Amino acid sequence: MDLLPTDDQSELAAAVRALCEARFDVDSLRELEGSGFDAGRWGDLAGMGVFAATLEESAGGAGLGAAEAVLVFEELGRALVPGPVLWTQLAAGIVDGAAAGETVVGGLDLTGGAAGPHLVAHLDACDAVIGVAEDRVLRWDADAMRAVPLADSLDPLTPVHHVEELPPGDEIGGAEAAGRMVADATVLTAAFEVGLATAVTDMASTYALDREQFGKPIGAFQAVKHILADMVVRAEVARSAVYAAGATLDDPEAGDLDRIVHAAKICADLAADKNARACIQVHGGMGYTWEVPAHYFLKRAWVLEPLFGGIAEHADAVAASLVS
Amino acid sequence: MDLRYSAAEEAFRADLRTWLAATVPDVGPPPPSNDLVARRAYDTAWQAMLFDAGYAGIDWPREYGGRGASPVETLIFHEECARAGAPYVGVNFVGCLHAGPTLIAEGTEAQQARYLPRILRGEELWCQGFSEPQAGSDLASLRTRAERDGDTYVVNGSKIWTSFGEISDQMELLVRTDADAPKHKGITWLVCTMDTPGIEVRPLVAANGSVEFDEVFFDDVRVPVENRVGAENGGWRVAMVTFSFERGSAFVSEMIEVARETAALAELARKVTRRSGTAWDDAALRRDIGRLAAELDALWALVKRNVSEAARTNEPPGVGGSVLKLAFTELNQRLGELTMSVLGRAGAAATDLDGLPLAELTERSVRSLALTIAAGTSQIQRNIVAERILGMPRG
Repeated sequence: MDLLPTDDQSELAAAVRALCEARFDVDSLRELEGSGFDAGRWGDLAGMGVFAATLEESAGGAGLGAAEAVLVFEELGRALVPGPVLWTQLAAGIVDGAAAGETVVGGLDLTGGAAGPHLVAHLDACDAVIGVAEDRVLRWDADAMRAVPLADSLDPLTPVHHVEELPPGDEIGGAEAAGRMVADATVLTAAFEVGLATAVTDMASTYALDREQFGKPIGAFQAVKHILADMVVRAEVARSAVYAAGATLDDPEAGDLDRIVHAAKICADLAADKNARACIQVHGGMGYTWEVPAHYFLKRAWVLEPLFGGIAEHADAVAASLVS
Repeated sequence: MDLRYSAAEEAFRADLRTWLAATVPDVGPPPPSNDLVARRAYDTAWQAMLFDAGYAGIDWPREYGGRGASPVETLIFHEECARAGAPYVGVNFVGCLHAGPTLIAEGTEAQQARYLPRILRGEELWCQGFSEPQAGSDLASLRTRAERDGDTYVVNGSKIWTSFGEISDQMELLVRTDADAPKHKGITWLVCTMDTPGIEVRPLVAANGSVEFDEVFFDDVRVPVENRVGAENGGWRVAMVTFSFERGSAFVSEMIEVARETAALAELARKVTRRSGTAWDDAALRRDIGRLAAELDALWALVKRNVSEAARTNEPPGVGGSVLKLAFTELNQRLGELTMSVLGRAGAAATDLDGLPLAELTERSVRSLALTIAAGTSQIQRNIVAERILGMPRG
């Protein structure tokens, strides 16, 4: 039993972090406002093997496990990497060209009854779209979605199209494939949120050490320290659940997979939302400006929270599991 | 990242389970919580059984009479004991988890030989004399003074929040030995035998009705210099060693108990009737209970991360313990709040009624209030996290 990354896993995370720092720094995010997609940077992610990470080696992938994928997505979240990265990774091995990043795959979360509106992110960049419900996986060509681009989106790095009426699509997977995909997608979304929650903690800490009021750094005041400490606690609790969920996806008999997936998503949703809000608060007036990127993080947290069930849905599922 | 236990760890677990299954059923139910003499007898009898079976001092090094278990085995030990319903460390808490490890790290050979075997066998009980009426969160401002007189220190002052002072044999005692030095540099760590003349112990009644806390008064109490642990005026550093153990291994048993209580609360909610239906029909309450159970699962993963860290570094958990303490104590309090929400009007009774265990449930809701105060308030823990993890300036 060892719930820390191995040396190999740490090296993988460090490599992804180095790529993200080089190619997805904050200034580059500003350049991507409106589209959230850049073919060159997408190619860098593909070159790093992000999309092919968990595909079996016989199919041309790296054959890594969910534990490694969790670390990769934590790093992507730390850099707030935009684009349909999760969906393209999930589509690797199912949609031709996804593993190599040559086919850009967007997605629709159809879990929980598939209530609309159906919004597809980054559709302009996509070649194909997959949809996942609890019992099936569907595929469409991107231009078959008959979707309407919306003039504005909440997250400036996540443009959305509205699919007014969902076309039938090709069923490319049944209940078994869908179940695994939903679990993977839930945990990887949570991993991204953990990275996001950590990034805003770092951003707020850096600011609290730099910004002076009343003749000292605001981080010297307990009122600010305690906000920051709570950010650390939320991020570490969520990270623990996400690591355990990744390890359990790789070895389902080592734990209660359903329960730890619920825990991971609940805690990561909480950490992303509350930490991103706290980051804005610590930045004071500047935190409320468009120029300071804190709002990017909170808006992304809001986009991610409902995906594959938010806090309420997962908490209800856990409650149901408590009674006989 | 791997959640599988090794074959050796599984064998350790299997042996322990076999022993617990054969032993725990004969231990009997715990005595009433305010019968301290009976609690001492009960908890020390369990400690002696652990000793005879080779499980006492589970993570103490073998050369000091412990089992020398690894961090992972220690986790398994606490987990299995809690699952089996074995007695908790109870009144042996300070000896087994504070004073013992501190003496191993900082004591002389003579001190180790004198005190450690009796802790392990449950023969001597320890209590803590750290906090004072004027020195709570600002512990280093403590005033109880000890003046050197030949081979003894003469102690005058008072301590507070001493658990089980009335039934203890030894106290880990912090005193001021240099009133002129900066406050952290004039403190000394002593072992004070509780039947020394001049000690008066007065029980304090806590908000849950418990009498386990005491105030302890010292009037010219003579403590031999050989009872000093560490250097004179070096006691603050020794106390920090003590705290590192306190924040380390404390919560595993409680977390398993809270998981059991949470599941029991869900079942209870299905029985408590409301104006229409039961408490479990309240969707908001149900959701809150589900969320709490999920967060507890996440904290269990945090424990495993902390244990993994300890296994790699061979160090006590340090600041990781503060993160866990903050999260777990507040979660535990939320369970108290949810318990009262489920009970509704029935919560006004602290006597069992209509098959509802109201005495126990209302008491645990009150008791949970102590958790964010004891062993470093949540506010102090937040300072520690902000200063030591994030590098914020000390205020």
